[in-house]
Amino acid sequence: MLISSKWKVGRSRHPVYRDTCTSLYIASSKWRQARQGFKQRFIFLLLVTCNLLLAPEGRAVLTIEITRGVDVGTPIAIVPFGWEGAAPPAQNISDVIEADLARSGRLAVLSREDFVSMPHEDKDVVFKDWRILKAEALAIGSVRQAAPGKFQVQFRLYDVFKGSQIAGFRYTIGAEMLRSVAHQISDIIYEKITGEPGAFNTRIAYVTREEPPGVKPVYKLQVADSDGVNPQTVVRSSEPLMSPAWSPDSKRLAYVSFEDKRSKVYIQNMTDGRRELVAEFSGINGAPAWSPDGRSLALTLSRDGNAEIYMMHLDTRALKRLTHDAAIDTEPSWSPDGRDIVFTSDRAGTPQVYRMSASGGSAERLTFEGDYNARASYAADGKSITLVSRSQGGFRIAALRLDNRTMQVLTETSLDESPSFAPNGRMIIYATEVRGRGVLASVSADGRVRQLFKLEEGDVREPAWSPYNRELQYKE
Amino acid sequence: MKNRKYLVASLFIALALAGCAGEEAVKPAVDEKGAAPAQTAPAPGKPAAEGLSEQERMKAQRQAELRAQKRVHFAFDSSTIDDEARAIIEAHSAHLVANPQLKVALEGNCDERGTREYNLALGERRAQAVERMMKVLGVAGNRIKTVSYGEEKPLCPEHNESCWRQNRRAEIGY
Repeated sequence: MLISSKWKVGRSRHPVYRDTCTSLYIASSKWRQARQGFKQRFIFLLLVTCNLLLAPEGRAVLTIEITRGVDVGTPIAIVPFGWEGAAPPAQNISDVIEADLARSGRLAVLSREDFVSMPHEDKDVVFKDWRILKAEALAIGSVRQAAPGKFQVQFRLYDVFKGSQIAGFRYTIGAEMLRSVAHQISDIIYEKITGEPGAFNTRIAYVTREEPPGVKPVYKLQVADSDGVNPQTVVRSSEPLMSPAWSPDSKRLAYVSFEDKRSKVYIQNMTDGRRELVAEFSGINGAPAWSPDGRSLALTLSRDGNAEIYMMHLDTRALKRLTHDAAIDTEPSWSPDGRDIVFTSDRAGTPQVYRMSASGGSAERLTFEGDYNARASYAADGKSITLVSRSQGGFRIAALRLDNRTMQVLTETSLDESPSFAPNGRMIIYATEVRGRGVLASVSADGRVRQLFKLEEGDVREPAWSPYNRELQYKE
Repeated sequence: MKNRKYLVASLFIALALAGCAGEEAVKPAVDEKGAAPAQTAPAPGKPAAEGLSEQERMKAQRQAELRAQKRVHFAFDSSTIDDEARAIIEAHSAHLVANPQLKVALEGNCDERGTREYNLALGERRAQAVERMMKVLGVAGNRIKTVSYGEEKPLCPEHNESCWRQNRRAEIGY
């Protein structure tokens, strides 16, 4: 029941998330308000989409396995949230929070079995109960049904030793936002305890490849929550997809598609479902990277005969060539302040990372260790970059501090690629290979905590961590 | 079966070429279909031509064998054409020069190591290296199309040098 990528192009102005009928049903409320003329097309889309359900998407969920953790971490007790209402919601908020914090490597989540009391309200908290367990922090909360499909979530965070509240919030949200609110609570807890912002309420984009026996391979550009849950297909094609890049407002994804049997760059808007073809020059079209203001795209084109970096203004489509070198120049990435671009070039004989002004001009070589350093991208604070570095024969993920130019290799596997920082700079997500299969993995910026994101079937690759999504904030 | 037919047909053309290229051109005594005269004793399945020296016959056969190879391979992070690849490209170029109606598509590919976008550029460079050589050998540029698939279209799925070698390639199609 696969549809061709060509078909998708023709319908790409419609809602993006088409993996489940449910998500379309949610989208349908908007459609009801839309003009009558759209209605028929929507029904057509709905039918086709439900056919797609024949291919089960359940196995396409990424599951996370912590492959290396740390014993040290601030001990925190998370009391299962209380519930008031008819039937409890499907999403268990405290479970989501617990999994988030356990993955962080910075907090040690205490076992619920040892809890002496299970408070849900401020008045029921007895700090002595938590001091016995050596908990330094305590999180409690409750979910109350406010109206059909509406929930009120409350949570409080305490400093157990001081016996005082550190944070407290209340959210009123629809059922579909429960997971997002759980991730926001994780972010608040993480920030209050570590002093650094969390990145749980973010998403990751990645490309999957499945090749059922006897059928053409299927490539999907997907977006999931930072814990791998809730995957949604943004683009599906029978030809390769690569290099997804989030716009700074995290509403659009630029990516490379081979659906026309050669590389072209597209931008998919995930809010209105529109798709734009932005680069189909002769030669290669690749490596899209957004400027921090979201108005320009740096990209690699070989329209002049050789892979060079260009800047495209998205409103006018005006192109400016930034590099002039007979070597390969590619993989641009903007500094968070928008002033510089780091990129890969083999102008010195092997691929190395260089930095130039975002307006072009001379480039400064940043990497000198080893014969292969490539695909650098900045941390949000602009102080370091993560890159792929060939080390002891393997391609590994490394972080380079820009102030003193020290490079730390963070992984020990040999086919690592596509690293990108979480927006808080604490974790790096990348692609690697485990027992012949493409998987995603993440490593903390200090190399101490590692996780694997696995699909049950097929390969997953090309991860990109979203920026913070300000629109998903529902705090009161 | 199709391959074999192709081999026979291309051998005929190779023979024709070899004949033209020689200093003292000797027209191969073969009929239109490229069938070899019965009195010669060619290797089983390999037609040969009367009137060609043993050396020329060997050369023609070698050309046909080279042209049956549709791929040239490269070292890691390299687009340098080695002697083996050069011989294959020369054989294809001669065929293309002799058949001006043909257009050729060159597809550059890489192994999975290193980064995808760099490999997209490297794949293009490999296709361009073949293109450049074909142009030098007389194939008009407007008959050649290049495309790069980077590391996206491996021939061999395993993660070892034997597969990587097969995947670092330019494909010649016409």
